[in-house]
Amino acid sequence: MAAGVSNLHGETSYRYRKFKSDSMMAITVGATILTLIPLFLVLGYLLTKGVASLNWAFFTHMPAPVGEAGGGMANAIVGTLEVVGIACLIGVPIGVGAGLYLAANRASQFTNWVRFSADVLMGVPSIVVGIFAYAVIVRPFGGFSTLAGSVALAAIMIPLVTRTTEEMVLLVPPELREASLALGVPHWRTTLSVVARTALSGITTGVILAVARVSGETAPLLFTAFGNRFWSTSLFHPINTLTVQVYTYAISPFADWQRQAWAGALVLTGIILALELGVRWVTGGAAKAPR
Amino acid sequence: MGDGRGGESAKVAMAEKLVVKNLNAYFHKNRALHDVSLSFEQDRIAAIIGPSGCGKSTLVRCLNRMHEVVPGATATGEVLLDGNNIYADGVDPVQVRRRIGMVFQKPTPFPTMSIEDNVAAGLTLNGVQISHAERHEVIERSLRQAALWEEVKDRLRRPGGSLSGGQQQRLCVARALAVQPEVLLMDEPCSALDPISTARIEELLLELKSAYTIVIVTHNMQQAARCSDMTAFMYTGDLVEYGETKQIFTNPTRRETEDYITGRFG
Ligand SMILES: Nc1ncnc2c1ncn2[C@@H]1O[C@H](COP(=O)(O)OP(=O)(O)OP(=O)(O)O)[C@@H](O)[C@H]1O
Ligand SMILES: [Mg+2]
Repeated sequence: MAAGVSNLHGETSYRYRKFKSDSMMAITVGATILTLIPLFLVLGYLLTKGVASLNWAFFTHMPAPVGEAGGGMANAIVGTLEVVGIACLIGVPIGVGAGLYLAANRASQFTNWVRFSADVLMGVPSIVVGIFAYAVIVRPFGGFSTLAGSVALAAIMIPLVTRTTEEMVLLVPPELREASLALGVPHWRTTLSVVARTALSGITTGVILAVARVSGETAPLLFTAFGNRFWSTSLFHPINTLTVQVYTYAISPFADWQRQAWAGALVLTGIILALELGVRWVTGGAAKAPR
Repeated sequence: MGDGRGGESAKVAMAEKLVVKNLNAYFHKNRALHDVSLSFEQDRIAAIIGPSGCGKSTLVRCLNRMHEVVPGATATGEVLLDGNNIYADGVDPVQVRRRIGMVFQKPTPFPTMSIEDNVAAGLTLNGVQISHAERHEVIERSLRQAALWEEVKDRLRRPGGSLSGGQQQRLCVARALAVQPEVLLMDEPCSALDPISTARIEELLLELKSAYTIVIVTHNMQQAARCSDMTAFMYTGDLVEYGETKQIFTNPTRRETEDYITGRFG
C-alpha cells in the first residue's frame, strides 16, 4: 500500500517534471526560431534583390560615371579585401599577443588595466574609432589612405581578439602547460606551441568573428579610407571599399546604383561567409595533421 | 654522460644519482617541506608515501624545478644531480627538466597532437633536428618501453586523446622516455588507472629500473611494497623515515610510519 502511494506520487512528479521539461524545451525552440526568422528574412531579401543585379561585370568593371548604366565594383571588392587584410596583419598579432600576455599574467595590476581598457574599447562606437584614426593618421599624414582605414579597423579588432584569445587560453588545462615544461620545453615555446596551439581553434573563431565584424564597418572608413572612384591599391591613397560604395549607392537617387548597392551587400555577405568557411576548413585540417 | 670523470666521483655519481639536502619548499609564506634530506640511487626505485597534503608532490616537483612554476612557490636548499646542485645560480631549469623527466597523476596527452607526435613532442618542441628514420625509431622504442606499441602501432596518426585513460598514461610515460632522461619522477601515475593498466605500469617500472633512477609517489601501500627498493614516509612536510622498502614495511623505526602503513592513521 505504502509502495503504491509512493509509486503514484513518483508518477505525478514525473509527469509534472516532464511537463516542465517539455514547456521549457518549447520556449527555447521558440526563442531559437524567433532569432532565426530575421536572419533568414534578411538573407532571403538580400538574395532576391542582390542576385538579380549580380553579373560578371559587377566583379570585373569599375563604377560607371554618373548617368551611365552598368559598371561594377571591382575596385571596391579588391579594396575591402586589402583594407581588411592589412587590418588583420596589424590587429591579429597585437590582439593575440596581448591575449596571451593577459592569460599568462593573470594577477598583476597592469594586466587588470589592460583588460579593463580592452573592455572599454570594445564598447567604443566605431565612428569614434574612425575619428580617432582620422586625427592620428589622416591629418598628420596629409590625406585619406588605405593604411588609415586598416588602422581604424585594427583598432576595432584588437580588443575583440585580445579578450577572446585570453578566454580561450584560460580554457586550456594548466596540466598541459606543466606537462610541456616538464619535458624541458622553454616557457615561450610552451606558451606558443602547446598552450596557444591547443587554444588555436577558439582563437581562430574569435579572429573570424572580429574580421566579420570589421568587414561590415562603414563609419570608420568614411573618415579614413574614404572611397575612390578609380582603381587604387596603394597604401597611401584613398581606396574604395564595398561598404562605403554600398552606402554611397544606396542613398543615391539612381535606380541602377541602388540595384548595385544590393549586389554589393550580397557580395560582402558572401565574402564574409567564404572567409569563415575557409578559416574553419584550414584549422580543421590543422587539427588533424598538426605541426 | 660517459665522460672521463675521476674514479672516486664517478662511483659516488653511480651510487647517488640525486641527493637532496635541507630542502625547504614554500607556497608564498607557507612552508610545505621542512628541511628534507635524502638521496635517490641509480638503478633503483624509490617510493614516497604519506597522507594527503604531506608534501609528496611538492617534493618530487622540487626535484626537477617544476615547483617554482606555480606562482608564489619557492624553494631553498640543495638538490644534487650527479653532484651538481640544480638550484645553483645560473642553472637553467629547462636543462634540468630535460635530464629529469616527470609523469603526472592525470594523463596529459597534448590534444592537438597525434599519438606519434605526442611521443616525439619533447624532441620536436625542443627543436631537436632528427631524420625521419631516427624519429620513427625513437617513437617505436619509447612506445615499446611504455608497453603501448602493440596497442597503437596501427593508429599512430590518431589523436592522443583517442586512447583510453590507461593508454594515455602510458603514452605520457613514452613521451617522458623519448627524451631519454636520467631520472624519472612519477606523481601518482596509477591513481586514475584500472588494475590491469596499473599492473602494466608497475611491470614497466621494473623494466625501466635498470636504466633509470625512478621516484614514484603513491597512495597505494601494496604498490610501494611491490615495486620499490626504497621507501620514504612523509608527514606534514617532514620526511619521517626513509629506508629499504622491506625494512619500512616490516620493521619501521618510527611509530607514525607503522601507524600509517597499518592503516591506523587519521
Ligand atoms: N598550488 C599551491 N598553492 C598553495 N599551497 C599549495 C599548493 N599546492 C600544494 N600546496 C600545499 O602544500 C602542501 C603539500 O601539498 P602536496 O601537493 O605536496 O601534497 P601531497 O602529499 O602531494 O598530497 P596528495 O597526496 O593529496 O597529492 C599542502 O599543505 C598544500 O596545501
Ligand atoms: Mg600530490
